Parts: sequence; structure tokens; C-alpha cells
Amino acid sequence: MSKLSEAAVKQINEICDRYADEKTPLMMILSDIQKEYGYIPLEVQELVSEKTGVSVAEIYGVVTFYSFFSLKPKGKYVIGCCLGTACYVKGAQQVIDKFSDILKIKPGETTEDGLFTLDALRCIGACGIAPAVTINGKVYPKVSVDVVSKIVDEYKAMGGAN
Amino acid sequence: MAKINIKIEGIPFQVEEGLTILEAARQCGFEIPSLCAFNHGECSRASCRVCLVEATGARGLVASCVYPISEGMEITISSPKATKARRTSVELLLSNHNRNCQECEKNGKCELYHVAELTGAKVGAYSGAQTPTTVDELTPSIKRDTSKCVLCGRCVERCKNAHGLGVLGFEKRGFNTMVAPAENRSFANSPCIMCGQCVSVCPTGALMEVSEIDKIDQAFAEGKYVVVQTAPAVRAALGEEFGMKIGTPVTGKMAAALRRLGFKKVFDTNFAADLTIMEEATELLSRIKNGGALPMITSCSPGWINYAEYYYPDQLDHLSSCKSPHEMFGAILKSYYAEKIGVKPEDMFVVSIMPCTAKKYEEQRPELTTNGLRDVDAVLTTRELAKLIKRSGIRFDKLPDEDFDNDIVHDYTGAGVIFGVTGGVMEAALRTAYFVLTGKEREGVVFKEVRGFESIREAEFDLNGQKIKVAITSGMKGAKVLLDQIREGKSPYTFIEIMGCPGGCIKGGGQPYVREAFLPNEDVNIMDTYKEKRANALYSEDERQVIRQSHNNPQVKALYDEFLGEPNSHKAHELLHTTYNKDRKRFN
Repeated sequence: MSKLSEAAVKQINEICDRYADEKTPLMMILSDIQKEYGYIPLEVQELVSEKTGVSVAEIYGVVTFYSFFSLKPKGKYVIGCCLGTACYVKGAQQVIDKFSDILKIKPGETTEDGLFTLDALRCIGACGIAPAVTINGKVYPKVSVDVVSKIVDEYKAMGGAN
Repeated sequence: MAKINIKIEGIPFQVEEGLTILEAARQCGFEIPSLCAFNHGECSRASCRVCLVEATGARGLVASCVYPISEGMEITISSPKATKARRTSVELLLSNHNRNCQECEKNGKCELYHVAELTGAKVGAYSGAQTPTTVDELTPSIKRDTSKCVLCGRCVERCKNAHGLGVLGFEKRGFNTMVAPAENRSFANSPCIMCGQCVSVCPTGALMEVSEIDKIDQAFAEGKYVVVQTAPAVRAALGEEFGMKIGTPVTGKMAAALRRLGFKKVFDTNFAADLTIMEEATELLSRIKNGGALPMITSCSPGWINYAEYYYPDQLDHLSSCKSPHEMFGAILKSYYAEKIGVKPEDMFVVSIMPCTAKKYEEQRPELTTNGLRDVDAVLTTRELAKLIKRSGIRFDKLPDEDFDNDIVHDYTGAGVIFGVTGGVMEAALRTAYFVLTGKEREGVVFKEVRGFESIREAEFDLNGQKIKVAITSGMKGAKVLLDQIREGKSPYTFIEIMGCPGGCIKGGGQPYVREAFLPNEDVNIMDTYKEKRANALYSEDERQVIRQSHNNPQVKALYDEFLGEPNSHKAHELLHTTYNKDRKRFN
């Protein structure tokens, strides 16, 4: 198991201390850690367990229950394909399959270079522009299979620039 | 408590306020089929929906295990609507359940099977996808098979309630939900202390002890000299497996059964319990005299040892270095005894019958060997012994009462017997410490102050001017309190007894299951009273013994005279003492 850096331990302790007066601080602590680091691995859960007295198994349960939390680092660009009813009817399955093909990852996975994560979303409330795709919050309306590779290339170019 | 008026099935009753419908019905002579509920709301997720009934004032059907009664409530159990709903709940559970019931080790004790029978559920009423299965058989103690899990959460709650640990939790969600240690790891790679409390509450075969019956069959087949020893707590509960009332001591029948099973010698671990007291009391007094680490803590319970190694590796020098009694016995059997009877130690196979699943882990510890041989070769739980007896066609209740083998390691005292209940080791140690310090026997051997079931008990004794303050706990919740005191340098105690399972070995993870549903001839409050009943079986055997102090055990004396020298001698250390591992990783 990899060791956490001293700075990370310090910061996670600080996050836990923020909610010391809360009766049930777990969700808030995990939310802050997710925002700060982008994921919550087991080592971090152990640390939170020691600080809060909540068992690691219970924390792991919360992390795996809510899709907002992630156990692994997410990619620089998180591609969310809506698979809600309207998007699905309009061909969202083919769209996400195309992303899968091009990036060579399954939904929920991250590319080896850490650039992309592909997520399947349930209805995001953008049914009027179905099928909808979001990338780091930016919404792409009426995405067709044909434009998928163009979108990916755009981000690859940006990723390369960094 | 105020009484309120309710009606069940149209019949008026007066019952205590605050009860759930399920409990009230039980008191009034009804048994509503139920599955996930356990032990007065110890687990009350109401997740299985098997105990649905109709109740006035409620919308729709209610889960009787959590729904409280109220004044004037009319409860209907037998209406077609309620009956059908309960059946459907069970059918849905069965649709995602591995139904290899005949070969399931829980066969005959399965609560899902039981409610299926009660509700008339049909297998195959619903069919569809199955939740992916995990089978964890990596530890020597406990195995987990999620294909049998009904997600009741009893094990999750028990681990938290007994130990404050919560090794198990619910993970993922919806159809993929499972009960598992974090990351769906094996118990082997989690900070599980192997106590088996989760096994003792599981309604199905999802959590079971790892059976070692095959090992014993093989030892017999290989022509080994197979010797058996039984822990004190086993005799207080084994009878339950054969329909006897809880609390019936079955020492004589158990010895008879073991002899008929073909064991060459049938011994009582109590002999070694007396030996443990000699070693432990001497160790304590020498620590007091020489300024060793105090308080000293007992080391009989392997669940507690696992906990200490995982959570208090910095405090291990407080643990007595004594091996647990059955390991001591194994070491003596394969040295002193083997030599006496002219059997090669490597041909001897020592089986321990224990109320415990953690003993299976302990058995495999590398440090518990003598001359390269395992001190103990196999550990069976009380439940496994019952299976072995049934398999062999023995009618347990028809057996005569026999004695253990009358040999040079036969005798035991009342002090050894009470090891099986919380406070027992402390009491046994005090009986002997008093003698060692004062040189005379104490009037009245009973130390009432250390008995009972409160989580932490303490007492102070004046032993010939030597003030000794002691504490007793069972379950790791109490252990944490006492260990934190030690860590902070604030512990006022000289000697502490810690047992892994709440109540001690009589409630060990390898003991027969106690379920209202399978005990129609017991009182309705049996879940509250069974531990006292089992404890009394041991205290009464202590009272029946002529010799009740370990230091007066004539054969233990002879063992020291002829072989070991004196307590804590070099030879005693070699055979009877052990070391602990401070480098155990909680998640490895």
C-alpha cells in the first residue's frame, strides 16, 4: 500500500477537524476530500476512520454508494454521456460506445495517460438537446456518432498543450 | 412501564408500551415469521420485509420488527393480504439466493429455509439476474459466501456492538449491494479478529466457520494417535445441538461421545487451564515484584490477541506471555505425555474442541510450535463437534455419563472450569494468587465481585497487605477503554482479564446458534437469559468439584515436580509461553 504524503495527511486531518462539531460529519468530510483530490482511496479512508471513529468498511460503503465519490483518480477531462430515456431513444448508446471504441476504455474507466474518464450518466435534464454529452461541465448538444472523434481530438490537442 | 391495550388476531391483550409488534406478538403467544430482525432490535433495518402484518392506523402493511405498538392497535397476522405479502418477500429473496440447500453447511439451521417453509414460498416464483458472488475462504477461521447473503445486516451490527469494530459493511448499491470488509477484501486482509460473532448471528450460510472435520478424518485415516481436548464452555452448550434445554451441562455425555468417535484419549482443556493459572499467577507476581509491565492482561482469548496486535501493537508487553490453555495442553501432550506413553510426538494429532472460531487462526500461528511440531493440529467448534457426533450415528441423549481418560493429565479443578465465562480466569487466578502470597487458603473460594456481565467490572483485593486492583471485560469495546487508559499511563489496575466475545467463551463464535424460532421449548425471553444459563452450567460444575484451586491440582503439581520444575522455569517458558506480532498490518 502506498503511503500518503505528509502534506496530504495534514490536509485530510484539517478537513476532518473542520467538521469536528458535526454529529454526522462523514458526508461533508468525504465531499471536501473528493473536491480537493478528485478521489478517495483506501489509505485516505483509513485516515478518516481514525479521525472520526467510523469504520473503514462503513466509509467504503458510503464512497461506493454515491456515484459522486470516486475510488480512483479521474482523468483530466471527464466525459459524461447522458443515457437518460430521451438521450437513449435518440441514440446515446451508440455515442457512448463510440467514445469507448476511440478511447479504448469502458464507462467508469480512465485512459492510461490520465487524460479522459468516461462516465455513463442518468438523465441530466437536458432532454431537449438529446443526446447530450458533458465534458468537465461543458454541454455538447445533439451529439452524433460522427462528431465524437472530432471532440476527442480537440481535447487531446488541449491536453497535449498542457 | 405503562401497559397499553392492543388486539392481535381479534384477541385483546395488555402489553408493555414501547414494544415492536413482533415483540408484543411474541409475548402474547404469536410468532410472526421474521428474518432480518434480531435480538430486540440489535439489527432492525427492516430490509427483508418478511414480517409484514396489517395494523390499524398504518398505511399499508408494516414491518412488525420495527413498527411500535400503540393504544388500541389491532394487528392482523393471518389475513390473505399479509400472508401473501410475506410469501412474496421470501420468494424475492429466494430468487437471488444460491439454493444448494442440501449441501449448505447451514442446512437445518437456516432461517431463510425456515421462513420459506412458514410462508409457503415457492422456489422459482421469480427468476432473473443474480448478484455477482464473492466467496472468501482465505482465513482458517471464517468463510464468507455472498451467494447466501440476504443483506440483513446482523453481522454488520454485531461487529460494531460487540467490538466497536465494524469490519463488515454494506458496499456498492442497488442490485450489486454486498456485505463485505472494505474493498470486498478477504477477512485475511482486513483487521478482523476472527471471533466469529458475525457467524453466530448470520441467518443463512453466508458466514460460516471453516470446517476442519476433513483434517480429522484424514488424521484417523493416516493412523495417527489422535487425542482430543475440550474447552470448558463446550460442555455448557453442546447439549443444545441435541435438543436439550439451554444450560444443561453435558460433560459426561460429551466425554462418552468423543470416546465413541474413536479418539485415542479424551482430555479436558481444564487441566491446562489450571496450568495456565500457575504460570500466569506466577508471572503476575513476578512482574509486581520485579517492576514488569503492569497491568498484566490475560492472553487466553485469541480474538483478543488479534485485536491487541492490530490496534495496540505498542502495548503488547502488557499481555501475559502465556499461551492459551489448549495450546499449552498441546505442547505438554506432545512432550511430557507422549514420552510417558511412548508415542512419537510426530505421530500424535491433537484436536481441540473449542467454542471459538479464532482458535482456528491461533492454531496456525507460526510461534505456537514445539520442536517444529504444531502444538495443536485441528480445532473444531462446538457446532462442528455436534455435526461429527450426528454423522457417526450416535444418539447423544442416550449416552451414559463417562469421565475423561484417567491418565496423568486428567485432573482438573473448579478454577479451570470457570475459564469459560467472563471473569472466570480472573477468579481462578485470584484463588491461586491469594495462596501464593499468603501461604494459606482463602476462606471461601468464590470471588463474587468479578462475576457478572457488565461490560467492564472492577474490584480491589487485599492479598496479605498487597493491594491488587483488577478489571474484567469481554468484547473489544470494553478492551478499548482499558487499553486507552494504559496507553495514556492512567490505568489504575494491576491485572486485567480480557475475553474476545461479550460474555466470554460461553457466547463464543463457535457455540450453537440461539434463535427463538428454533427453540420452541425455551422461554420467550431466551435471547436475554441464555448466557446466564450457560454460565450457571459452569459455575455449578465448579461447585461440584472437590478441588477448586488450580495450585491444588495434584497432576499439575506432579507435572512441575517431574518435568517442568517450577512455574515460569526455563522449560515452562519454552513450552508454555509465546510471543506476539507487533507488525500486523490492518489492511495488507
